[in-house]
Amino acid sequence: MTGRVGTLGAALLAFAALALLGRILPHWFVLVATLAFAKGLVALGLVVLMRGGLVSFGQGIFFCAGGYAAGLAMRSLGVTDAVLLVALGGALALILGLIIAPLLAGYRGIFFATLTLALSMIAYGILDKTYSLGGSDGLNLQAPTFLTYQPQTSQEVSYALFVLASLLTAVAAALCRIHFDSIRGLLSLAARDNEIRVEYLGASVRWVSGTNFIISGLLGGIGGALAALSLGHIDPDFAFWTTSGEFVFLAILSGYASVTAVFVAAVLLELVRSFSSQYFPNTWQGALGIFLLLVILFLPEGLGSLVRRRRRTAVKPAPKPVESVK
Amino acid sequence: MTALLETEGLQKSFGAVIAAKDISVAARRGERLGLIGNNGAGKTTFVNIVTGYLRPDAGRVVLDGADITGLAPRRVRRQGVSRSFQIPQLFASLTPEENLLMALGIADDKGMSAWRPARSGAMMAGLEDLLERFRLGEYRHHTIATLPGGVRKLVDIAMAVTHQPKLLLLDEPSSGVAAEEKFPLMDVIMRALEGSDATVIFVEHDMEIVGRYAERVLAFYEGRVIADGTPTVVLGNAEVQRYVTGVAP
Amino acid sequence: MNVAAAIFVDGLIDASWLFIVAVGLTLVFGVLNILNFAHGSLFAVGAYTAASAVGWYYGGNFGPAFLGYFVMLGAALLVAVAMGPLLERGVLRLFYRRDEVVIVLVTYALFLILEDATKLIWGVNPYYAYEPYGLLGNVSVFGLSYVGYDFALVGLALLTGVLLWLGLNRTISGKVVLAVIHDRDISGAMGVNVTRVFVLAFTFGVFLAALGGAFTAPKISVQPGISISVILLSFAVVVIGGLGSVEGAAIAALIVGLARAAAIHLMPSAELFIVYLVMALVLALRPEGLFQRTTTRKI
Repeated sequence: MTGRVGTLGAALLAFAALALLGRILPHWFVLVATLAFAKGLVALGLVVLMRGGLVSFGQGIFFCAGGYAAGLAMRSLGVTDAVLLVALGGALALILGLIIAPLLAGYRGIFFATLTLALSMIAYGILDKTYSLGGSDGLNLQAPTFLTYQPQTSQEVSYALFVLASLLTAVAAALCRIHFDSIRGLLSLAARDNEIRVEYLGASVRWVSGTNFIISGLLGGIGGALAALSLGHIDPDFAFWTTSGEFVFLAILSGYASVTAVFVAAVLLELVRSFSSQYFPNTWQGALGIFLLLVILFLPEGLGSLVRRRRRTAVKPAPKPVESVK
Repeated sequence: MTALLETEGLQKSFGAVIAAKDISVAARRGERLGLIGNNGAGKTTFVNIVTGYLRPDAGRVVLDGADITGLAPRRVRRQGVSRSFQIPQLFASLTPEENLLMALGIADDKGMSAWRPARSGAMMAGLEDLLERFRLGEYRHHTIATLPGGVRKLVDIAMAVTHQPKLLLLDEPSSGVAAEEKFPLMDVIMRALEGSDATVIFVEHDMEIVGRYAERVLAFYEGRVIADGTPTVVLGNAEVQRYVTGVAP
Repeated sequence: MNVAAAIFVDGLIDASWLFIVAVGLTLVFGVLNILNFAHGSLFAVGAYTAASAVGWYYGGNFGPAFLGYFVMLGAALLVAVAMGPLLERGVLRLFYRRDEVVIVLVTYALFLILEDATKLIWGVNPYYAYEPYGLLGNVSVFGLSYVGYDFALVGLALLTGVLLWLGLNRTISGKVVLAVIHDRDISGAMGVNVTRVFVLAFTFGVFLAALGGAFTAPKISVQPGISISVILLSFAVVVIGGLGSVEGAAIAALIVGLARAAAIHLMPSAELFIVYLVMALVLALRPEGLFQRTTTRKI
């Protein structure tokens, strides 16, 4: 019981700390952090998938679904409340996930990866040519309201969005951590290792993959809606392979031992990117690629492994079994 | 004396190889049945068909009166059938503790929890019991990949005896285990099933184990059952000696 | 009727370069068990190199016009020799013992790196290698006018397929490769230098990708982004045909080519969608693709 209470408590503390921090940090950093948290949520969803042994190169489809849901709700339904918009983004992505999951759940490895990529590129193609959804220009979003609060200046809007993002991040991180520590969470790791034994023990690997995919979709949609609100804009590029690739990179970089690592990595990535896109626009993908290779080679468990050293591997050789079975 | 497991005319071929030819077997509740045969005789195929990993080309598998032919392994598990493997099928990046938690948690009556910690009350009691029984305590936190073959075999079998199976199939339980540990291992398994009327079918190459733990033996050869009876009778059978045990009369 | 004819011919032409590229992808998978995500990038490198080489050759008037085709072939060979061993021994080899997912990410990383590398070397503006395209004049088929070059491409695909099939099934080296495809451990135990087969097979795969790129270059505008389209299409072809199967790649390329041509003529925005729809249908009926490889028993 203390484990879960402790996790929720830590999340609450983290949220409070962030909310306070947001008051003193410069405006540009608050904007960067909000976008980073939004992307971090998508990457967290990828981590859920990767713990089960699947990599998706197409999370952009959920990122996009969340953003467009928010954008359309604002434009066509007149919704301005940020909480509602994010909820709608998550809902649309969830529905999308429920539809796609049964189609993809039976696949693994490169199959799953390329199928998800194909789906998101198909989505990109459709959105790019659908003029009622803004075509390649996409949609613009105005400043949102927050329940009863109506921020006046852009500073206030940014801060309010940052607080919302921090709250969603803290909650999602805590829930994921608790989920990872449960039997169902352990089952993902097991499914990655040995599908046959999982089936023989009575569980369905398809079901594990499918539900992980749906969870990743929900997180992706929430992140997408947040990102759209933060940027004030959504366009088909959210579903383009380059966007999806960044989420993969983030997930690999942070690893799946620590949930916090995902968001730390996200902030770092956003900072590096805003710097590099100014000075090195044509080498961003390549740099990510090289970095990805290095991380895979030298930090196979991602950054998370540096933070959380678990007592799992044998430090000394296991004792001989001769004396044991008597 | 009702039959718990009945197979009727099972047939299975892989191309030109006939792995099962008209296998009709009945095992009673609580029976200890040994399967012997040379390599490729069809013993593991039999286990694979009964547990749903393979679909027979013809024939039926009936468990406790219900037709389970062709059901997926996870559904067969839910019917109370459990199985251990010739080559241990484990979660290599996890620890024995985590492997056993999976065995305990997946088939749990109350269903799998996505919210309660894996290492909570009820789970831990079952886990400690298994670790104790199979003497796996000192290995509990070592990743499977770092453990020797004999220990892995123990974990594999321990995972199969959870949740009081009605039918337990052990595929070569003592293979890969050091000679002086074979009997102790079989003792542990049989003790773990004490009190339940579980039917145990084990595939074995070690005739001493067969002689000691089986009340009845089936000898396989080229996909057929060539002898069926007590260990003494079967091991004394001329055909069995010729094709399986290689003992001169 | 004209539309049907157009779809058929366009589909056939499309299937040709698709086959050349996809068969390379499926071969690399068969031998090394790697579905190389960067295969499309190697196509792009082949296309860019050929475009540059062609530009240099015709610009400098170095010889007779038809020799330009050999320049293109040379470009593909150059790419293969320069990149094949380097990528296989230098990068991929480091990850062979790791988790299955890792190699997917590694080839993805290579794809990202090559994408920007081509942008750095060749810039972002399109290249047009048009000279070889016009050399073979025009042909009239079913009352429609086509460029002769496109049919030569069909010929090249046929030639590649036949040579490949003969090479694999009728030569000793080919049989060795087939043995490694079937079971690399046993082949190694029999004395086959599996490492060498790996390097050669991968390099040959690169060659096929680059060949496809080089000979497609005159038909298209060579620019950033072609690598992703190529990998998405060749992946579909390989999956439909069955991983590791040369015959499968041929039939699947034809199916995909025709499907795409149909979409382009009838509903252009569904171009990629229809390819994946076809793939989904095939997988629903035959999950291992049209020509299955034998799978080994696990338990």
